[in-house]
Amino acid sequence: MQDNIIDRRSFFKLGLLGGSVVAASTLGGGAVLKAAELTDSPKSLQTKSNKIRGRIFFQTQTEFDTLSAACERIYPKDNQGEGAIGLGVPYFIDNQLASAYGYNDREYMQGPFMDGKEEQGYQTPMKRKDIFLEGVHALETNAKKRYKKSFSSLKGKEQDEILRDFEKGKIQTIGFKSSYFFTLLREMTIAGVLADPIYGGNDNKNGWRMMQYPGAQMSYIDKIASDEFFDIEPVGLADMED
Amino acid sequence: MAEILKKVDVVTVGAGWTGGIIAAELTKAGLNVLSLERGHMQSTENFNFIHDEWRYGINYGLMQDCSKDTVTFRNDLKELALPYRKMGSFLLGNNVGGAGVHWNGWTFRFMPYDFEIKSRSFKRYGNKLGDDYTLQDWGLTYKDMEPYYDKFEKTCGISGEPNPLAEKMGSFRSSPYPQKPLENTKILKRFESTAKEMNLHPFRLPAANSRSGYTNPDGQELAPCEYCAFCERYGCEYGAKASPITTVIPKAMSTGKYTIRTYSNATQILKKDGKVTGVKFVDTRTMKEYIQPADIVVLTSYVFNNAKLLMVSEIGSQYDPKTGKGTLGKNYCYQMNMGTTAFFEEQFNTFMGSGALGTTCDDFIGDNFDHSREKFLHGAMIYSVQSGNRPIQSAPVPQGTPSWGAEFKKALNYNFTRNIFIGGQGASLPHKNNYLSLDPTYKDAFGMPLLRLTYNFTDQDRALHKFITDKTAQIAKRMKGVKSIKKGSYLKNYSIVPYQTTHNTGGTTMGANPEMSVVNTYLQHWDADNLFVVGAGNFQHNSGYNPTDTVGALAYRCAEGILKYHKSGKILA
Repeated sequence: MQDNIIDRRSFFKLGLLGGSVVAASTLGGGAVLKAAELTDSPKSLQTKSNKIRGRIFFQTQTEFDTLSAACERIYPKDNQGEGAIGLGVPYFIDNQLASAYGYNDREYMQGPFMDGKEEQGYQTPMKRKDIFLEGVHALETNAKKRYKKSFSSLKGKEQDEILRDFEKGKIQTIGFKSSYFFTLLREMTIAGVLADPIYGGNDNKNGWRMMQYPGAQMSYIDKIASDEFFDIEPVGLADMED
Repeated sequence: MAEILKKVDVVTVGAGWTGGIIAAELTKAGLNVLSLERGHMQSTENFNFIHDEWRYGINYGLMQDCSKDTVTFRNDLKELALPYRKMGSFLLGNNVGGAGVHWNGWTFRFMPYDFEIKSRSFKRYGNKLGDDYTLQDWGLTYKDMEPYYDKFEKTCGISGEPNPLAEKMGSFRSSPYPQKPLENTKILKRFESTAKEMNLHPFRLPAANSRSGYTNPDGQELAPCEYCAFCERYGCEYGAKASPITTVIPKAMSTGKYTIRTYSNATQILKKDGKVTGVKFVDTRTMKEYIQPADIVVLTSYVFNNAKLLMVSEIGSQYDPKTGKGTLGKNYCYQMNMGTTAFFEEQFNTFMGSGALGTTCDDFIGDNFDHSREKFLHGAMIYSVQSGNRPIQSAPVPQGTPSWGAEFKKALNYNFTRNIFIGGQGASLPHKNNYLSLDPTYKDAFGMPLLRLTYNFTDQDRALHKFITDKTAQIAKRMKGVKSIKKGSYLKNYSIVPYQTTHNTGGTTMGANPEMSVVNTYLQHWDADNLFVVGAGNFQHNSGYNPTDTVGALAYRCAEGILKYHKSGKILA
């Protein structure tokens, strides 16, 4: 490591000494806090992608293929770059469904359950893992009924037509509205594109790169007052581990 | 049987801003203080990997566990209230430091008008809104509050500059802001120049994000803000944002007279012969019940929990909207956010920022303009803030863009760095049908009823919201280089689903007499002189500013009151 680059851990050690960050900054132009240098991460880390990934929730290939195809329609591959599949979004969703998100772990799940107004929020006893499972099955059933084919083998326009009916709440489902499933699917697709790559999506930070979001930078103190626009190579949380 | 612990001088329920301020002030004066905190201990060190939008921003990593406790909600008296199963509309804090850890740092004083809203409005406009709006004066004036504001702002090291309309508003400062304003930016300068062209009076938003290195009067140090863009919903990894865990709590700890008991969930305030005797709580690691006896009890948890603890402990009289009788739960208020997004071809560093890095103006708040021809009182601050856009939560797309698919992707990616938001934060005035009570059906993890929120926006709110939304659109339209604008929609029914603001107020109001308030102006309960209740629940209405400065100021006043009471043993006001 070059002398003039301070890694994240050393930076925090400075801060934790108690007041040393304050002291350094008030010296003005000192050698300690040069934020431009702090935000640079080693180039070798920037090309690494999420190689280790696997399904831990969906049990059948058809379920996973249906989910993948639906996500891709929400955030498709185009001339800017990868779509949801290329960014690993289906794995992001699968992994989340197997953890706290899928199990509504920190939410009030006690009864009685009654239908409320839209203003009162969801009132279903179903956990999100089950809503996704049933939702994905409903996408497949619908594709078979309309086109006698699997959802994942339909043309884009045909998939969109089915997804739009889900979005409008036109599809019969038990325990939840199809529009609620669509809302979750849309939210999770975008989250998978844009959450930190440690969660299995946003492969190689390409979701961020497409929108010129620099990720988890430590500091912009030397750039904030500038009128210039900064196109900064993104940094993720994994880049900050020793 | 609950185990009875050794008595302390003072017990607080909660260890956030109010509990921390009380603890610091009382331990400095030699009292022993113990805080019950349902969450875990945390400090700046916990936030080294805080730049994680999915964990903290979207999945509320620092917030209350709703599986243990939440509220129920209905729009009006005739409806069935149902549980707020997942957080949305407002975000309740958890762990040591509470919501003071994940705030943005906007630190405004309320106006002289706010503290005397009823008498001042009636004098100028008569009973303009009618009797359904339960406006009340707060029992003290801005002049009374000023020393406490000054104290809190010095504790936090607020970075700010004078408000050009201060004199017109009747506001004054006994000393200038402790630090000069945060850095200025291209986005904020664009807003400022447009506002000036329109004869508005912009000034830099007072910020608890420290401009430089700062040592507060307690000797606690803040580091300079790095503008890293992770403030709201996040703890500061640099110790640059003033919070209870960077200021008052370490100060109280340094006296050797302060204890925080974590994993301790208060379930009841105990009372005997017109006094309170202590707090019953559950240790959530063992589910064992304890009683913490104390000479003085201070409720320093969030608005909802302070009200709920009084209700389940049957202290005070529950407000009934049908008869108008009772005070506990009355004058619950929220706030309104409105605004317009402007889209540009040029790029801005939208992803950089700090919680309270902003510019604002007070031309349309309080009684700073004539309301004779309007159907509402009060108003809103109008601002632009660069708190740092994060891509999942804040990536706006222009009007008419589809919400998914190829066109959406293109617009999302193109516009992330090409937008400026002009916002308003509107005052909320109390209405007889907006209140807090206990839910008859749903229970928390400890067998206590959930708090029930009955709330809807009023005609006053809708008129104010429309007026300010239109103003923000006028500003956005005039900004140099603007390509298109997206004006926010006008108010519909209040929905608890989308995030709006965590500025809930009222329910345990303060005032000059027990008929109109739960506590007196030292935040001492009218029905039990050794019980104090402090927080935004004390507000008789909500102004168009962020509440933390007023909450902090009230906590300092409460601490002063407790010390007086400790000596005299008498009701204070």
